[in-house]
Amino acid sequence: MSWLDHRTGIETAIRNFLYEEIPASSGWHQVFGSIAVFLFLVQAFTGALLAFNYAPTPGDAYNSLRYILTEVTGGHLIRGLHHWGASMLIVVVVLHMTQVFLYGAYKKPREATWMVGVILLMLTMAYGLTGYLLPWDNRAYWGTVVATQIATRIPLAGTYMSRLLGGDNAIGVVTFARFYGLHVLLLPPATAFLIATHIYLVRKHGVAPAPGDEAKPKKKFYPQQAFKDTAAIFIAFVVLFVMAVAVRVPLERLADPTDTTYIPRPDWYFLFLFQTLKFFDGPLEVVGSVVLPGLAVLALMLTPFVDRGQVMRVTRRTVAIGVAVLALLGWTGLTVAAVATTPKPDNVVAIDYGAPTDWIGLSPQELAGIGYFRKENCASCHTAGTGKQRIGPDLANVPIKKSAAWMIEHFKHPAAMVPGSSMPAILLSDAQLNSLAAFLLKLTPANAEALVNAPDFAVEAGLLYQSKNCGGCHKVNGVGMTIGPPLNGLARRRTKSWVVQHFANPEALSPGSFMPPYRFSTREMDNLVAYLFTLPD
Amino acid sequence: MPAVDHSSAPSEVTRRKFYVGLIYGLWSVIAAALSIPAAIYLLFPPRLRKAPEWVEAGDISKLAPRDPVEMVFRQNRVDGWKIQSEKTTAWVVKLSGTQLAAFGPQCTHLGCAYHWDEGRNFFVCPCHSSVFNIDGKVVSGPAPRPLDRYETKVENGKLLLGPLRESKGNA
Repeated sequence: MSWLDHRTGIETAIRNFLYEEIPASSGWHQVFGSIAVFLFLVQAFTGALLAFNYAPTPGDAYNSLRYILTEVTGGHLIRGLHHWGASMLIVVVVLHMTQVFLYGAYKKPREATWMVGVILLMLTMAYGLTGYLLPWDNRAYWGTVVATQIATRIPLAGTYMSRLLGGDNAIGVVTFARFYGLHVLLLPPATAFLIATHIYLVRKHGVAPAPGDEAKPKKKFYPQQAFKDTAAIFIAFVVLFVMAVAVRVPLERLADPTDTTYIPRPDWYFLFLFQTLKFFDGPLEVVGSVVLPGLAVLALMLTPFVDRGQVMRVTRRTVAIGVAVLALLGWTGLTVAAVATTPKPDNVVAIDYGAPTDWIGLSPQELAGIGYFRKENCASCHTAGTGKQRIGPDLANVPIKKSAAWMIEHFKHPAAMVPGSSMPAILLSDAQLNSLAAFLLKLTPANAEALVNAPDFAVEAGLLYQSKNCGGCHKVNGVGMTIGPPLNGLARRRTKSWVVQHFANPEALSPGSFMPPYRFSTREMDNLVAYLFTLPD
Repeated sequence: MPAVDHSSAPSEVTRRKFYVGLIYGLWSVIAAALSIPAAIYLLFPPRLRKAPEWVEAGDISKLAPRDPVEMVFRQNRVDGWKIQSEKTTAWVVKLSGTQLAAFGPQCTHLGCAYHWDEGRNFFVCPCHSSVFNIDGKVVSGPAPRPLDRYETKVENGKLLLGPLRESKGNA
């Protein structure tokens, strides 16, 4: 016995834990519980890392998350792991539960183990509900509005629920603080305690045997079953990691309580509840919001007391299989219906605020410059800030900034301005060259990547805006004339359909306006309107 | 006849070794895949958001030679997800004809604010009595290196300050 073990007993404890005896029938179907514990730990770890760079108050929350996503090295990965880990945890917990249900492993004397498991499922969902608000973008805000409204409609308890959630039918700083407190202070220790209880109960009663196990010798958990658990955890982790790297978690724009066009939806695992609610109107609403979900939880809790028959081989548990299949079909049906009935917002271009959006602050002329930069294939000879050095100079890192006039002369006669230059002359009009020079003047090593990768719709809108000379009457981001109204903040003042109709016939919607009508192709209109609606206030 | 111990049969031993090896191997990969990104996340500097800029510190036309003046100006500083506009000071000295020095306001020992002692013609730090001469060089005290200097340029009689450069060398 080693020194350490003599003093702490740790080695003996680990040995006892690993050499637990398990029934001969144990195998791959019992790995889900271990995966769930592992994913919980990943959530705790990535959650703590996120908290190191996160300010839990509205406004700051959004900005600090953007900071994590656009500036902190590896921030995207950590947030991806946390986001997809949450979804995966729900999936794995449900799979774990389904396995236990199908095998009848909740039967006497394991009723308490099952019931603790049901509470853990509720806690997992509570994480999802509270965590959904924390990015404080439009999606978070509006999704949570719906969820809290449901809670405040509960008969009798509604008023108190509303106070508990920190606002009278409104989501604000208090709601946010409470959701955050729940998410990081209350739920984790509660979960850890219940997981410990759950595992203690599993150990107390032993892994549930299947019929026929009593005739066979028991086996040890380590190493064979431990290997199966490890392999399953590894596969789950690889899937999670690939999702975190490859599937972007979009961040929408900052929560806007005045946005009347937003279509709120909860996260995918709550869609079935959301859809259930639609079947009940008026006074019956409480049936969908409280009664049915409450009954479902009660049914889950009471399952071990309802099904008290002998333990049977899983293949003969036809009723259990039937119930599970029905539940799956019901869940899928409701979720698919919820997705299918989500209206597609008209010509909304989703901007990912999880990536740098420096381009939003450019003038349309500078945006159009990005268009010419792309059309003229400047990037085939020049880098801008990032990437391998090419034949021409790095445009974001030129030692001396040249004036616009110098650049335009240089575009026209490269060799005349820079002796020995092998750059071909750019055959564009003066106005177009002006745009290109304006864009290049804006380039710095800090913003180059964001500007060069500006979304196509905005660049095309910039080109159109310049070609129609909209700036002759309107101001955008501080540039342009003020004969017409400034276009920043248009999204607050007008709806998209109003703007589209206004282009076709300005006089009809703004009597006295002398703006000429414009006829755009659908694509041009979509790009331009989307661009105008992304302009900051 | 002794009972056959199955666990020591050669095929059983290799299988056991195989399982144990894989358990350690897979957990090592998971641990690495979590801890390396975490270390990068915490230790790598964040992406540069704002190019360094020149800030106007004040008028230098009234600056007397070799008479340090404390200039107060506002500067934008990137602080995590915020850009803070804050008051900063610089000790500006006209060393000779056109040569200017602008010293950062903190002692290079432990960051206390030092001041110009007119009587002694030295910069004196009140914390641990570091003393610097008018060039910023350490005269005495625990300061490990000369005062830090801002990059400077003069436009139309106005002093513009660039980034604060950490001074090199020993006392």
